[in-house]
Amino acid sequence: MTNPEQKIGGRKELGWKELPIGGVVLNPGSAKDYETGDWRSFRPLWSKEKCIQCLRCWVFCPDAAIIVEDGKMVGVDYKHCKGCGICRAECPAKGNAFEMVNEADIEEH
Amino acid sequence: MGKRVALTGNEAIALGMRQINPDVVAAYPITPQTDIVQYLASFVSDGQVKTELVTVESEHSAMSATIGAAAAGARAMTATSSQGLALMWEVVYIAASFRLPIVMPVVNRALSGPINIHCDHSDSMGARDSGWIQLYSESAQEAYDNLLQAVRIAEDKRVLLPVMVCQDGFITSHSMENLEILQDEEVRTFIGEYKPDYTLLDTERPVMYGPLDLQNYYFEHKKQQAEAMKAALPVILEVADEYKKLSGREYKLFEAYRMDDAEYAVVIMGSAAGTTRVVVDELRAAGEKAGLLKLRVFRPFPYKALQEVLGKVKAVAVMDRADSFSGFGGPVFTEIRAGLYDLEIRPKISGYIYGLGGRDLGIEEIRRVFNDIKIIAQGGDAVEFVTHLGVRE
Repeated sequence: MTNPEQKIGGRKELGWKELPIGGVVLNPGSAKDYETGDWRSFRPLWSKEKCIQCLRCWVFCPDAAIIVEDGKMVGVDYKHCKGCGICRAECPAKGNAFEMVNEADIEEH
Repeated sequence: MGKRVALTGNEAIALGMRQINPDVVAAYPITPQTDIVQYLASFVSDGQVKTELVTVESEHSAMSATIGAAAAGARAMTATSSQGLALMWEVVYIAASFRLPIVMPVVNRALSGPINIHCDHSDSMGARDSGWIQLYSESAQEAYDNLLQAVRIAEDKRVLLPVMVCQDGFITSHSMENLEILQDEEVRTFIGEYKPDYTLLDTERPVMYGPLDLQNYYFEHKKQQAEAMKAALPVILEVADEYKKLSGREYKLFEAYRMDDAEYAVVIMGSAAGTTRVVVDELRAAGEKAGLLKLRVFRPFPYKALQEVLGKVKAVAVMDRADSFSGFGGPVFTEIRAGLYDLEIRPKISGYIYGLGGRDLGIEEIRRVFNDIKIIAQGGDAVEFVTHLGVRE
């Protein structure tokens, strides 16, 4: 059962009388409030040393989960990364800048 | 004031569409709907409408493009029959769940297989639970009148649901009829300007249609659809009242013909109601208390109003021009039975499936049905639970 008090993005879940009809979303860009990172089974661990800053991962990431600052790849947004591994597949760096690690094997869990 | 003209059912629908002047029509030809789109294409090329006619490659695309146009804020229409409606299937549901007030004439034709191009209601009956309002027409006049009213019903803010306007393939769609049409200006005033709440083209108030809707919201959206369908009943009646003032023609949820003191009655939809009316008159002339209930609105299903009228008779025959292959009976039959169940005193109800694949329903067969239910009304036990009428052994 879904907990009726469950909240997404810190907002109260609306009832059918308050909800916009037809499933329309009136605040575009709100997908960032839905943290898809908890769907992930494999986590891409990024190596700053191996990275050649080609930004192919940024181009190909389907969840816009590659964090870029001042034109440079600086890390992965784990709140939204679903762990698809496309970054690793597309990475041309010698030795590959990404390593896919089973979430169950990561100690902080 | 209205004008008398001779038109086929399809010509009447096409003329109605010209008067509605929709922003977008995306359609694909299929017998017996084809000439609706053909006539509309002439109106477009002759500059009589400002409609953007999208000639798509299939009905799936026709409905998809119509949905896209409606979501963009256009008054959008399409039209189809039979396999075309079947091919639209998944997007038919999406039109309703997006709450887009699309109006779609459906020219009823049997579903394959074996392939058959003639009338029965299996196509639109298959879509009866898709969330669309369904209006059924007896004649070209009713198809035209229902089409114009459908625009108002669909676009009413209390409803915002798509509407199918059904007429019988060939029997109505291709038969010339003397009917009365409204002036173009009267139609335009009646339907008014379409002002959508949300449009994809409004960059000041951007919206998103069709996001993922999971365990925590999908159910609320379905509840909204269920409530909108219920809210449509009074709106349909209000629109009918206004249309009567304009046209002089009266519409309700159904027509109760000689039902006031009827002891037994036939329930039927579509063109066969005309033949049934002839038999009712014949029986009345012979002193029999026979009646006819012609259902116009099948979705939403007006079970409460039906209770008031059918609750007073002793026996009812429900005529279905489609079999649901449930092993129980046709769709109208099962719903009428369920709808009357809560009455303390309720009629005996028999089911008849007739006219599949365009098989004619003659006066003789309708006389037989009335005779069957007369015997039941008198306490007899004359017929099978569900009879396939006019089928060879």
